Amino acid sequence: MWAILSIRVENKPGILFKVTNLFRARNFNIDSISVGVMENPEFSKMTITTVGTEKQIAQIVKQLDKMIDTIEVKRLDEKKSVYKELALFRIKSNVESDSTEISKLANTYGAKIHNGQEGSLIAELTSTPDKIKAFEESIKPFGILDSARTGVTAL
Amino acid sequence: MEIMNGGKALMKALEKEGVKEVFGLPGGANLPMYDELFKSNIRHILVRHEQSAAHMADGFGRVSRKPGVCFATSGPGATNLLTGIATAQADSAPMVAVTGQVPVNMIGRDAFQESDIIGMSNPSVKYAFQPRAVEEIPEVVKKGFYIAETGRPGPVLLDIPKDVQQNEAKVTFPDEVRMPGYHPWTDVDMVNIERAIDLLLSSEKPIILAGGGTIISSAFAELQSIAEMLMIPVVTTFKGKGSFPENHALSLGPIGMHGHAEANKIMTEVDCVLAIGTRFSDRSVGTFEEFERNLKIIHMDVDPAEIGKNQTTQVAVVGDVKASLRVMLKLLAKKALKKSDGNNWLKHVNEVKDYWRENLKLHPGEMSAAKILRKLREVLPKESIVTTEVGQHQMWASLFFDAIHPGTFFSSTGLGTMGWGFPAAIGAKVARPDVAVVDIAGDGSFNMTENSLATSVLEDIPVIVFLINNFSLGMVAQWQRTFYDRRMIGIDLKKCPDYVKLAESYGAQGIRAQSLDELGKAVKVGLNSDVATVIDIPIDPEEDVLPFVAPGTSLKDMILPS
Repeated sequence: MWAILSIRVENKPGILFKVTNLFRARNFNIDSISVGVMENPEFSKMTITTVGTEKQIAQIVKQLDKMIDTIEVKRLDEKKSVYKELALFRIKSNVESDSTEISKLANTYGAKIHNGQEGSLIAELTSTPDKIKAFEESIKPFGILDSARTGVTAL
Repeated sequence: MEIMNGGKALMKALEKEGVKEVFGLPGGANLPMYDELFKSNIRHILVRHEQSAAHMADGFGRVSRKPGVCFATSGPGATNLLTGIATAQADSAPMVAVTGQVPVNMIGRDAFQESDIIGMSNPSVKYAFQPRAVEEIPEVVKKGFYIAETGRPGPVLLDIPKDVQQNEAKVTFPDEVRMPGYHPWTDVDMVNIERAIDLLLSSEKPIILAGGGTIISSAFAELQSIAEMLMIPVVTTFKGKGSFPENHALSLGPIGMHGHAEANKIMTEVDCVLAIGTRFSDRSVGTFEEFERNLKIIHMDVDPAEIGKNQTTQVAVVGDVKASLRVMLKLLAKKALKKSDGNNWLKHVNEVKDYWRENLKLHPGEMSAAKILRKLREVLPKESIVTTEVGQHQMWASLFFDAIHPGTFFSSTGLGTMGWGFPAAIGAKVARPDVAVVDIAGDGSFNMTENSLATSVLEDIPVIVFLINNFSLGMVAQWQRTFYDRRMIGIDLKKCPDYVKLAESYGAQGIRAQSLDELGKAVKVGLNSDVATVIDIPIDPEEDVLPFVAPGTSLKDMILPS
């Protein structure tokens, strides 16, 4: 089971370490993590996606809630929230026909194409993790030279 | 607002929290705070190793239910404290540990005696602070004490860089602190208490399982009233030993790996358990799956994260267990229900209890564990406080030494830290100088912190070390005999040292007891002595702790003495 956790924490040094150390120490998984300061700079929002059984996820939420630095821990309902991730792929593109083909695919998925270094393009896609995965599969035949993802953020 | 240095701000803040004693050892990075400790009214109790300072603070905290305070320097001082901090965390003991740290501008440069104690201690503290300015000190002390002693208690670390101790600034001492992410108390959960009562009353074969939380929230009277009102038998976890008088007709004693035979037997038959302040440790329940089979669990605990962590519960009552039990009592009284003491379940429980109390086979010889511990119980005043070390003697104490007065039995149950009992006994004696304190010890465990004899003697904190000496690391030896076909390795302590001479060399009293008669007399001498008394009691190194629920097996697979 996949779950999205939205955690409001005090914006202080060392809290990211404590949250991730809790996952490690309690044998939980972090699938992705993203952190940013909120509109009130006293707080940061962490979005963690995790995989586990229903019981494990309930336990993760309780353990996070127990942490003194966490102000609010929510498990988001996928159906009722917006969750997105930004992914960048550097794709091999030596010939004109490849570049046309990649642009077409990008269009289908709603990705932007940036000019990369000689012989490559960079595709930028903001979407859900499964759509990013599907896009990744579709461009794999051209050759993915590098990639980076932000991890899911959600509201 | 007053101008003062960080060290003085620390002492003033500690005094405001009512601290009268600290256990510690000075070093380079905490000299400025020691200089202010010198000028303050707080008593310093010098240890010989920082681990003992933490255990003393732990023992003090468990007995007084106020955080015990320990001091250590940076680097090795701090890392030596860590075992004691982790022990307090595992057993939910209130503690405030104060370490010196290298100056702020040296942090991260691998300075002399620098260790990242904030990072190292993270999973083993309830919270940790590292104030970077003098002005922060009063607030972190206030927050530290509040966190350590409220909700589920635990250790808090204050790591104070040397320059922050030295610098002067205008400081104010807050009366209140704000922590938006910390909510130690919840309202009493009336709905679930009602549900718990319904479940309990509708069950045929109920039992109460009292854990350490019962002692921490001092819910002794409430527990006893509910048990007596409903005539429900009471078992405890090992940490819950001392929550219910073990000479009470409804008491079956601790369950678990080395639980009482009757307690484990009955535990496998019940259909409903009212579990109070327990985290269902593997040492108590055996295997989680087997424990909850055919069993409805009502779980009362102050820590919501304990609900459903190890066992599936039918009814969860989150909140302070004393408050919850009080409400439960009131509601029960309204129902004016009283189960007759002639019910069949209780009759059966008593038959099982009587059978095992009469028929459990004991190790032969005059100086068997059962006989010497029963002798200790006979001569020791009931209000005396007992701590234990970790090992066979600890489990024998669980089996054969009845804790009668509430909250008089303490042990390192969660982390199982050898060397805990003696310094913890010293801390307990500081908290309760009016009662006798006895460390039920084994030789291997006492060996680890025996240099606390210097503290006991020189600081005039007399306790009794009841040293059950089998000249070996007995519990490991037992496992090697049982599970490794007697391939004995690393367990023979070769009668070294001579504990009578060791005690004498520290200026303490050493007595060797080789018969029950000598033992009784030795305890009486210890009770009337002004100095620490080590009673060396040689026993048969081959004696096993039985009954025994082997690790990874269930309570019904308990191995009994043959």
